[in-house]
Amino acid sequence: MKEALSLLCRLPAHPDSRCWYLAWSPGGSLLASCGGDRVVRLWGREGPGWACRAVLGEGHQRTVRKVAWSPCGTYLASASFDATTCIWKKQPDGFECVTTLEGHENEVKSVAWAPSGNLLATCSRDKSVWVWEVDEEEEYECVSVLNSHTQDVKHVVWHPNQELLASASYDDTVKLYHEEEDDWVCCATLEGHESTVWSVAFDGSGERLASCSDDKTVRIWRRYKPGNEEGVACSGTDPTWKCVCNLSGFHTRTIYDVAWCHLTGALATACGDDAIRVFEESSPAAPQQPTFSLAAHVARAHSQDVNCVAWNPKEPGLLASCSDDGEIAFWKYQRPEVC
Amino acid sequence: MVGPGPGGGAAPLENANPLIYRRSGERPVTAREEDDELPDSIDDREIFDLIRSINDPEHPLTLEELNVVEQVRVKVNDAESTVAVEFTPTIPHCSMATLIGLSIKVKLIRSLPERFKVDVHITPGTHASEHAVNKQLADKERVAAALENSHLLEVVNQCLSARS
Repeated sequence: MKEALSLLCRLPAHPDSRCWYLAWSPGGSLLASCGGDRVVRLWGREGPGWACRAVLGEGHQRTVRKVAWSPCGTYLASASFDATTCIWKKQPDGFECVTTLEGHENEVKSVAWAPSGNLLATCSRDKSVWVWEVDEEEEYECVSVLNSHTQDVKHVVWHPNQELLASASYDDTVKLYHEEEDDWVCCATLEGHESTVWSVAFDGSGERLASCSDDKTVRIWRRYKPGNEEGVACSGTDPTWKCVCNLSGFHTRTIYDVAWCHLTGALATACGDDAIRVFEESSPAAPQQPTFSLAAHVARAHSQDVNCVAWNPKEPGLLASCSDDGEIAFWKYQRPEVC
Repeated sequence: MVGPGPGGGAAPLENANPLIYRRSGERPVTAREEDDELPDSIDDREIFDLIRSINDPEHPLTLEELNVVEQVRVKVNDAESTVAVEFTPTIPHCSMATLIGLSIKVKLIRSLPERFKVDVHITPGTHASEHAVNKQLADKERVAAALENSHLLEVVNQCLSARS
């Protein structure tokens, strides 16, 4: 099983600090990393390895928790414990901070761009999720403050091709939001996890969602539209998201991140037990009761907690990970023959 | 993460007359430890020695003297790189529980090799908000953010400072 995930390269990306999060540019050529040293770094290929192409400093006063690229690749957003979100714009000679979004009361935990590039979502320990609209003059206006969660909101992510937003929280739930008559509303609450939900990821089709938690499980949720053939009950016109799979017994500590590869369908997890695991859906696929098997497991992928896993959007099987040890690692994943 | 610490002692103490316990003696040094050729593993007593002298945020006493920490509530597995500590607040409604737990966690993170996973919990059944405090202490993101708060960091450092 070892050969399924092989190490390509390891970098001390945020030395003497922790590396919290990674984001591939839409074209897959740049990787952004952020960490406790309050900076964002951009990494690009150099020969067989990777090298630092830019350091985005002086934007934040505290830890940079997450980064997100706009779909066009021109902008990068960074969310920080200093309660702000910075928008960086690609210039001929590097990236420049063009806007700072303020409004959250305390730590901003996550930021994500909608697939259109016209909307941005942020979330915070202040329990709120904010939706921002971006106009052609690069002005950002908050169009909605969503207070559906009862605790710290850890992560936000958009549906791959619809204006549907998902958030994960310390209140053990995942919530989904969409626009309804000019206002954003919570349209679903996914209950089942027994502790903090740290991250969520849609699959390539957007019909399924994976969530990972402090309860050491990964859950797979599937969307059932009103009038579905399977007879899953829906209220009104809103679809129901039903848990169709629970991956338990694989992880020994908190699972901090889950990444669903939109090219291959492989599901990777980042865990507090220092390991990276990759799951594959067993075929033939049974949509109502999918089963996933462990295809790869690197027990000591990092020397400390793994915080993030990110699949390259263009190159199938290229996985990046980062850790509390401050390092980034690049991995080549090959689906095992028997899986 | 937690409220402000004791500011000037204006507020009345929550537990004005706590029971005070005798401090344990010095750790006996074994022949094996004297031998520089042999590796020394990290054991329960060594972890206990790191946390027993932490100051209580309210009293001029250590966590050991208040029986908040005890060696029997320290579990170390050196091979697996795990440390688990249970602490017992002096009263079930102690508002300092999160701060005490945070101080224990910070002390261990600062002292131990980075490979260690440090879990700090309230002794089951000894605090009204046991689940909430345990969840906060286990959330490394909230711990990291709390330690970037200079006021809170100062309060933690006071708990960890050597008493003159």
